[in-house]
Formats: sequence, structure tokens, C-alpha cells
Amino acid sequence: MTVYVLCFALFLVGVYGVLTKRDLIKIILSTGIMGYSANLFLILFAYKKGAIYPILSKGEEIKAMVDPLPQALVLTSIVIELGITAMLVALAIKLYEKYKTFDITKIRRLSG
Amino acid sequence: MPVETWLLFILSYMIVGSIVALELKNILASIVSIGIVGLGVSISFLFLQAPDLAIVQFLFEIFALIILVRAFAKREYHEEKAARVSGVMYFITVIVLVAVLVVSIPVFRALPPFGDPIMWVANYYLKNGAAETGSANLVTSVILDYRAYDTLGEVTVLFTAILGALTILKVRSKKEEREEDEDE
Amino acid sequence: MNKEGMTLIVRTVTRISVWLIILYGIYIALHGHLTPGGGFAGGVIISLAFLNVTLAYGRKFTSRWLDIGLLGDIEASSASLILALGIMGMAFGGGFLANFLSHGKLFHLVSAGTIPIYNILIGAKVGMALFVVVWTLAITRIGEEEEQ
Repeated sequence: MTVYVLCFALFLVGVYGVLTKRDLIKIILSTGIMGYSANLFLILFAYKKGAIYPILSKGEEIKAMVDPLPQALVLTSIVIELGITAMLVALAIKLYEKYKTFDITKIRRLSG
Repeated sequence: MPVETWLLFILSYMIVGSIVALELKNILASIVSIGIVGLGVSISFLFLQAPDLAIVQFLFEIFALIILVRAFAKREYHEEKAARVSGVMYFITVIVLVAVLVVSIPVFRALPPFGDPIMWVANYYLKNGAAETGSANLVTSVILDYRAYDTLGEVTVLFTAILGALTILKVRSKKEEREEDEDE
Repeated sequence: MNKEGMTLIVRTVTRISVWLIILYGIYIALHGHLTPGGGFAGGVIISLAFLNVTLAYGRKFTSRWLDIGLLGDIEASSASLILALGIMGMAFGGGFLANFLSHGKLFHLVSAGTIPIYNILIGAKVGMALFVVVWTLAITRIGEEEEQ
């Protein structure tokens, strides 16, 4: 149970970064932290004590394996996160070109 | 040492690393420190018996590092102030987040304990996966056979995200295009 | 060309290692149904190899070495091939994205029906998409206007 609480604490560190930082890059990093902890949380659920990875190997009798379903879902989630990071970086670069700053309190004008 | 002890150690390390990464003044040091979190997640995946995910997470980390450093390391803009909210609001934010953590502890107590998952669907996959799909890697058999719709959706989302990034980046002002022509 | 990119040591190591990295990526993608890895990991490894060349040799050399437009075409065509394979599953296997080929023997390279094909297609798609994005990021020059 302590593992779950620590993982949630990691998520809250990400929320803290999104809420209080004024630097656009730090906000991107904070969303990354939130994504990491969400992925890790799902895999923590899948772990079974004494079990091994869900890959069969030749001539080996395996008694217990961990849950393959969350692993499959998180695998896709990680790759999507990569695409999202690339998109956020592109947006931040365009914002910098327009306003010459990464400080989001100075990016006020939304139009024009 | 049991797996849980290792995980507690890695997770506390990751929390410290993420706070350090967010509080550092230099942006390059900040981007490098975020690698502590990513590689910590990768090592945790190894401890949790998920080698597929460990590989992908490790590569993700390298890729994100290259993207972020390539995009942001050269910018000399830093006049960073502590926070975007005033002093009182800053403390209220921190207190509220800690309160959320404390209040949510009963929820985690209600979850199945660590190392003892509910495996209703998974037992079917583990028992019949190799025979029904012919794949020795059961994670792959779930991704590409039982739940191929999920992968199709993932590919679509990635396609859309990449398309969005390309569209945003390719819009260039007239001045830049002229400079580009002069270079060639 | 000499002004771009990195030092001679990095270039030499890159020239030798890039093919090994590409080979490893292909191995990871091909053996996705037998060992840890799969299409995603293989694709990302291949795109990292191309990225390695871009960082070491600079963008002018890479645009001559690689046809970036072709990479974009590979990405788009593998995306449509995934869909086509899914629709073929509808015709022969009784469901969208069904595994309609023969499963073969367990632990053999050519086995598991359509799973290796999906792995290769997804590897090509993910890898090329990510590389094209980083390439566009690399040729977009921002923040250099002030210096000029």
C-alpha cells in the first residue's frame, strides 16, 4: 500500500509543477511526470508476488506469470505520451517565436 | 531484498528527483534531472517483471531528452521567478496537495494489496494465449490479437499528434523563408 | 559541411555504429512475438539511429543521405497497410483485425499469423513518424534571430 501512496505523491508533484511554475518548459516536464506516475501505477496493480514476466520460453515450465493486460495498455500509452511531448514542444516553440518568452504570465494576448 | 523495498527506494528517489528538476534554475539541468524519473520508472518496470515496457520506457527517455534539449537548450531567456502565484496562494496550493494525499490514503487501503492482483481476464489470456495466437510473448498477443483495436486507436492518436506537431512547425513567417533561401 | 555536426571521433563512431543500431531495431521488431520488444521499440530504435546521424553529421548531410519525403511516404503507407490488413481479417478471419493466417509452431520465427506483420508495419510507422517530427524540429530554427 505504501508503494501506491508514493506513486500518487509523484503524481501530485506533477500537479504542483503545473499549478505553480511560470515556465512553459517546466510545465511540459510536469505533465511528463504525471504521465510516468500514471503508467507506473497501472503496472503496480499488475504485479503478482513470485511471478515472472509473461513471455513463454522453450522447455521451461512456468507456474505463475504477472498480468499481461495492463502491460499491453501501458505500452501504447507510453508511445502516445511521446507524440504528445513532441506536439507540446512544437507548440512551445511557436509560442516563443510569437512572444519571445516562455513565461506564461506574459503570454496574455490570445488573438492576433 | 523483496521487490517492495526496492520499489519504495526507487519511488522516493524519483520524488526527490522530480522536485529537484522542477526547482532548478538552469533549464538544461532541469531537463537532465527529469531523466531520474524516467529511468527510475524504467528500472521499476524491470522489478515489476515488464521487460517490454522497460525497453520502450528507456527509449522514450532518450527520445524525449533529445527533443527537449534540441528545442530548448540554446535559449538564453532565463529571468525565472519563484512561482507564478503569490506567496500565500503558493502555500495554499502546497497545503491542498498534501491534504489530497492524506485524504486519499483510505482509497489505497481499499485497493487490492500490492502483489496480489485481481486476474479475472488475465488468467484466460495466460492459459489460452499461446495456443490461440501462436505468440510466445503474451503481451504482444494481447496488443496485436486480443486487443488490436486498442493498438489501432493508439496508432491513430500518434498519427494525429505527429500531424499536429508538423502542421504547427511548418507554418513559417515570410522573413524566415527568405533567410532560408539566402542560406541555400 | 564541416561546420555542422560534431567532432571527428563522434562521426567515426556513428559511421560504424549506425548500421548496428538499425540492425538491432529490425531484430527487435521482427522478434516481437518471441522476445521482449515489438514494433514500438524497434521503430523507436531505428528512428534513434537516423537521429544519431542527424546529430553527428548535421542536417545538410542527412538530407542528402536520407530522402525525408520517402520516409513520410513509408509512414503513411504502413498506416494504410495496417488498415488494409485489418479489413482482410474481416474478409478471411471473421472480424476486423482478426488473426487469419496459420499460427504455425510456437517459438518459430515465422509463426503467430499476422502478429509479425503488424509488428513490422507498426515499427515502420512509429519510427518514421517520430523521426520526421524531430527532423522538422531540427530544421526549424528558432531563437537564432536575435543572434543575427
